[in-house]
This record gives sequence, structure tokens and C-alpha cells, in this order.
Amino acid sequence: MASKKVANVDKNVCVACGACTKVCPKAAIAVIRGCYAQVDPKLCVGCGLCSKTCPASCIEIIEREEN
Amino acid sequence: MEHKKHWYDYLWIWAIIYFVMGFFNILCAWLGMIDFILPLIFAIVGGNKWFCNNMCGRGQLFAILPKTFKCSRQKPAPGWMASKWFRYGFLAFFLTMFGNMVCQTWLVFSGASSLKQVVKLFWTFKVPWKWAYTVQSVPEWVTQYSYGFYSLMLTSTLIGLIVMVLYRPRTWCTFCPMGTMTQVICKVRNGKQI
Repeated sequence: MASKKVANVDKNVCVACGACTKVCPKAAIAVIRGCYAQVDPKLCVGCGLCSKTCPASCIEIIEREEN
Repeated sequence: MEHKKHWYDYLWIWAIIYFVMGFFNILCAWLGMIDFILPLIFAIVGGNKWFCNNMCGRGQLFAILPKTFKCSRQKPAPGWMASKWFRYGFLAFFLTMFGNMVCQTWLVFSGASSLKQVVKLFWTFKVPWKWAYTVQSVPEWVTQYSYGFYSLMLTSTLIGLIVMVLYRPRTWCTFCPMGTMTQVICKVRNGKQI
């Protein structure tokens, strides 16, 4: 079952440093072509580690949208 | 879960060795050019920030120090620090200072100025660094560039350490000129808005 929460990156603020990728326990976040970080919602468990690490504070933990 | 360690996860050691070497022989400062050229090659040729993401010794150092010594307040940095105007502004300032350093080197090369054996911190404070002038058989401009480049590397690391303590460990990465430059290159290459 998917977690209730999921990480969400503000791509406009992200500096693509990759700090989030180093702390994610599920390898659910990756820097896409040097532009910004992107979350794979299927893998993300919404733990919030990336959000706490992000030096640009551009990752929010939000409620997962019901599909 | 710990990520599998690779050889490049230990490049933070290189970041320390660099400054130690420059303490004993200023000519070693030239090796810092690797940290300038490699990220640009990755961005221009590969269209990625693999250097920032995996190889930056300085970024690793800023992450490892607080993890080991609990020396960061872990507070979110002010929003303006990651804003575009500050990032591009800092990049412009940095490039201007880099140009100024190249100019100083040219002046020594042309004989208009003499070699100054000082490290300039924060582009302002002159710190005597005479003892590191150990190899005197190279042209003076080569040494002048070493002093300039070492000053730039030391200054940026000190700024990085200050923001590491005050805010989150890798706060420097938000306005690191190399990071900004490579991200711009990647965005242009991928047709994204800068």
C-alpha cells in the first residue's frame, strides 16, 4: 500500500545539488539531467528525510493524491 | 538503509588534502582547476550535474562534518539564498573576481606588477603566505595565479563552512558558482527555462 504522504519538489527553486539523493532510503529521488530533482511517487514513502536535508528548502511533504 | 559506497564518496579527503598541500607548496593550488574544469565537462558534454551530485569533495565535506561533529544548526536557510537573483548575482561577482585574478596574473607576467606572496581572504584580507613559495624555479606569474586561485578556493570553503554551521550542511550548494553555472548549462541544453 502506498504511503499517505509523498515528497514534492519545487523544480523552480531546486538547485540540482543532489543532497536529497544521498539521504533517500528508497532511492526514490534523482536529479534529472542536471536540471532538478524528481521524485518517483511509486517508491517514495514520504519519510521527509529529503525535505529536511534540502539546502534550498524546496521539497515539501504533501498528502498523496488519491487516484 | 546506507547507500553502497563508491570510490568517489571519499573525495571529501581530496578537499582537505588540497588545502594542506597549498599550505606547504602554493603551486599545488593549480590542481584546483580540476574542480573547475570537470563539472563544466560533465555539464557541456554529458548534460548533467554528476560532478555536483557525486564527486564534489567540498559538498561531501559540508555533509560529513555536521554528521560527525554535529556542528550545524540544521535550520532552513533564508529564501533569498536560493533565489535566482542571488545565485546569478553571486555567480557574476565570482566570475568578476576570477577575471580580476587573471588580470593580476597578467600584470605579473608582463612585469608591470610584482609577485605578492599573500592569500587574500574574502577578497579583502591579506594573509601572509610566504612559506608556501617553495618552488621558485617557475615563472612568477605561475606562482601569482596559484596564490590567487588558492585564495578563491579557501574563501569559498570558508563561506561554505559558515553557512554549513548557520543553516543546513550543504547550504553552500544553493549558491555555489560552479553549481549555478552547470545547472544553467544543463537547463539550456535540455531546453528548460533558466
